[in-house]
Amino acid sequence: MDQHKYMLEMIDIDKSFPGVHALDRAQFKLRPGTIHSLMGENGAGKSTLMKCLFGIYKKDSGTIRIDGKEVDFANPKHALDNGVAMVHQELNQVLHRNVMENVWLGRLPLKKYGLVDSKLMFAETMETFRDLEINISPTAIIGTLSVSQRQMVEIAKAVSYHAKILVLDEPTSSLTEKEVDHLFRIIRKLTVQGVGIIYISHRMDEILRISDDITVMRDGQWIATKPANELDTNELIRLMVNRDLTHRFPGKTNKPDGTMMSVSHLSGKYEPTFHDVSFTLRKGEILGVAGLMGSRRTELLNTIFGVFTKESGEIEVDGKVIDITSPEVAKRNGFALITEERRATGLFPLMNIYFNTIIANIGKYGKVILSQRKIANDTLFSIQNLKVKTASAKTAIRSLSGGNQQKVIIGRWLLTKPEILLLDEPTRGIDVGAKFEIYQLIINLANEGKGIVMVSSEMPELLGICDRILVMSNGRLAGIVERGKDFGGVAGEQEHILKLAGTYI
Amino acid sequence: MEKSKKIGEFLLNYALYILLGAILVTVSIIKPNFIAINNILNIMKQASTKGILALGCAGIIVLGGTDLSIGRMLGLAAAVTASLVQSVTYASRYYTGMTEQLPLIVPLLAAIAVCVLLSAINGFGVSKLHMHAFIITLGTQLIAYGANCIYIESQPSGSAQALSTFDRNFLDKAAGNLMIGTVRIPYVIIYFAALAIIMWIVWNKTRLGKNMFAVGGNSEAAAVSGVSVTKTIMYVYLLAGVLYGIASFLEAARIQSVGANTGINYELDAISACVIGGVSFTGGVGTIQGVVIGAIILQAINYSLYFLGVNAYLQYIIRGLIIVLAVAIDVRKYLVKK
Repeated sequence: MDQHKYMLEMIDIDKSFPGVHALDRAQFKLRPGTIHSLMGENGAGKSTLMKCLFGIYKKDSGTIRIDGKEVDFANPKHALDNGVAMVHQELNQVLHRNVMENVWLGRLPLKKYGLVDSKLMFAETMETFRDLEINISPTAIIGTLSVSQRQMVEIAKAVSYHAKILVLDEPTSSLTEKEVDHLFRIIRKLTVQGVGIIYISHRMDEILRISDDITVMRDGQWIATKPANELDTNELIRLMVNRDLTHRFPGKTNKPDGTMMSVSHLSGKYEPTFHDVSFTLRKGEILGVAGLMGSRRTELLNTIFGVFTKESGEIEVDGKVIDITSPEVAKRNGFALITEERRATGLFPLMNIYFNTIIANIGKYGKVILSQRKIANDTLFSIQNLKVKTASAKTAIRSLSGGNQQKVIIGRWLLTKPEILLLDEPTRGIDVGAKFEIYQLIINLANEGKGIVMVSSEMPELLGICDRILVMSNGRLAGIVERGKDFGGVAGEQEHILKLAGTYI
Repeated sequence: MEKSKKIGEFLLNYALYILLGAILVTVSIIKPNFIAINNILNIMKQASTKGILALGCAGIIVLGGTDLSIGRMLGLAAAVTASLVQSVTYASRYYTGMTEQLPLIVPLLAAIAVCVLLSAINGFGVSKLHMHAFIITLGTQLIAYGANCIYIESQPSGSAQALSTFDRNFLDKAAGNLMIGTVRIPYVIIYFAALAIIMWIVWNKTRLGKNMFAVGGNSEAAAVSGVSVTKTIMYVYLLAGVLYGIASFLEAARIQSVGANTGINYELDAISACVIGGVSFTGGVGTIQGVVIGAIILQAINYSLYFLGVNAYLQYIIRGLIIVLAVAIDVRKYLVKK
C-alpha cells in the first residue's frame, strides 16, 4: 500500500464568498518531485484553491493532506512553517526596504539580546542568490529594481524557505524569455531534490513545456488531471472552456483607409519613458503595439492621451496639430483610453454599473442635476450592446467577472463617442470566451471607421486581429510590421516581431 | 543639465532644513545673544518632552496611522502623576491618606500604565477592529479628557484646581539639572537622548522595528510573509504608550501644576516634529534621527519667534505654515512624476 504516493492531496474543497461559489468540491493531488500545472480561465478558482492551501482563505469544507496527514493552515506563517511556500501573483513587497529584509520578512534571524542579525541575513541571501544564479545586491532597495528583478527576488525568497511544496502563481508574467528559461532551470533543480511544484500560468506553451501533470479547473470545479504529454493546446482550451475554439478570432472585415492620426517624433518627459516615436493611424485600422516588458508601450499610450507629460513631438488628427495636455483635452478631441491595470486605473470597484458607465461622460447628463433617466438609458444601452452579463445595473462592478468589467469600461468610453481608441492590454485577465467577444467588438469599431491602437503582450491576438503591428524596443520604435507582407506567413511575421522587440536591448 | 537637475533635487529634498537653518541664522544675526549656551539648553530642554512624545507617535505614523490622543493622554497621566507626587506636608493634597512620599517608580509606572492602557485601546481599534487611526484616537482623546476632568474634580478638598505643590525629590529627579562645571544640563535632555538611542535600536535592529516598516510599507506583503500584522501594530502602540507615560511624568515636573488643560494640542507638536523630521504620512518611511532633529528644529523655531517678540497669534500662523510646507515637500518627494 503506497500511502505517500501523493505529497499533497486536496479533496472536495469548498469555498463560498458572498454571492459566489468560488470552489465547488475542487480536487488537486501533487506527486513528489513533479511539476503540476493548474489551469483554467480567470475565475476558475485556481488562485482561490491555492489561497485555501496557504491559509490566506479558510476553506468551508474539504480535506487537505500533506504526506498523508491532515492539515488546515490558519495563516501563511503556519503554512510556511509546515513546508509550503508560495510566490504570489501580486508582487507583495515592501518597496522602501532592501532586498534581504524582504526575503527574510517574517523570520528575521536574531543574535544576542533579540537584535536582528544583518550579517547572517546578508550571507544567507547571497548564498541563495548564488545558488540560483541571481545577480542582485541583497542591500538594494526593492523599489529601485525592475519588475522582473523583483519577481526573481520573490522566487528566490520562496525557494529560501526550503519548502517541500512550492506554489508559483503566475511567476512569469513579467519575465523575458531568457528569464523564464532561468526560472525553469531553478524549478527543475528543485524537483530533483523532491520538491513538488504547483505551477499556475496562462501561457500554454510554458505549461506544456514544463509540466509533468496538468489539472484543469472550470467554475470552481475539478475537470481533469492528465499527464502533460497526453495534452496539447487545443485539448487544453477545450477542457478549459468546454467547447472547441476552432475560431479563436473573429473574421477580419475592417478596411483601413486614409490617415486619421499621425504622431511624429513623440517623446515622453520623465524617465523611464520612450523617445522619438513616429507612426500614422488610418481610419478603420487596428494598429497593434508589440514589445517586451519595459519597452514603454504603456507610456506611449498614456502620453498620447495626456496622462503622462510629453517632452517633444507632435500629434496631428485629421491634418490638425493638437496639443494634448491632459486626458480631458484628449477626450474632447475624440480619444479614449482603456488602461492596462483595470483594477488600479479603470474600475470604481465599489460603485455600481451606472456609475462606472457614465463617469467619463458626466457632462452629458445635465449641468447641475444629472438626469437619472438619461443615465439609465445609456447604461442599459451599453449593457445590451456589449452583452454585459449582470443581474442588474445596480450591481457593484467588482462582483462581475473580468470580461464583463472590461465590457463596462469599453462601454464607458464608447459613450464619449471617440474616434481614436487607445487600448492597453484590452483582454488581460479575461477568459477565452469573453476575449472573442472583445475582439469582435474591436473589429466592429474599426468597421465603423474608428482608429484603434492596441497594446498587447499576446502575440496570437496581435496577429489575429491587427492590420499593422508597431514594435517597441527599450523605449524606441523598432519597426512597423505590415501584415501579409513578405515575411513568410504568420510564423515569419511572429519571428520578425520578436527580433525587432530585441533591437535596442 | 543633469547637474542642475541634481542640484534642484537636492534643494527640494533639503528645502525644509535649509529654510529653517536660514531662520535660525537670521535670528542669530538680529540678536547675537540668541546663540548663548543657556538658550540652546533651553531649546533642548523644551524639545525633550515633546521629542519623547514624537518618538512614540513616529512609529504609529510609520504604520500609516496618526495619534490625536497624545495631548489629552498626557494630561490624564500627568494628573495621576501629580496626585501621587504631591508633598505630604501639603494639606489639600489629593491622597490625604498618603503620609509618606512614595518611591518615584510608583508615579512613573502609574503614568505609563495610564498611557499604555489608552494606547492599547487605540492599537486594538486599529489592528483588530480595522478602524482608521484618525477616528479611534479622536475617540480616546475625548475619553482621556473626560477622565482627566473627573479625576481632577474629585479632589477630597472639593476643589477643581490644578494639582500642584510637588515633592522636592520628584522635581529634582525629573526636572533637575546635572552640573558639569558651571553648565547646568537638564536631566530631561539626558532622558530624551537615552530614549532616542533605545528607540533607534528598536527601529533598526529588532524584529519589531523591521516588521513595523514592513507593515507600514505593505501590510499585505508582511502578512503573506508570515508577519503577524495585528501583533506588530499592537506592540507599536504599546511602545508608544510607554513613551507617552514617561513624557507625562517628566512634563508634570516641568510645569509643576497639572490642570484640565494640561497637554492640550501636544499631539500637534509631536506630529509636526515627525513630519518635519521626514516621517512620511504615506507610511513605511522615517528615521529616529529625523524625529529628534524635527523635534529640536520645531522647538528652535518656536523659541526664536518668542525670542524675537513675534506676536503670539502670528507665531501660530508661522508654525502652521511650516507644517504645511513640510508636508508639501514630503508629498513631492514620494510623488512619481509621469
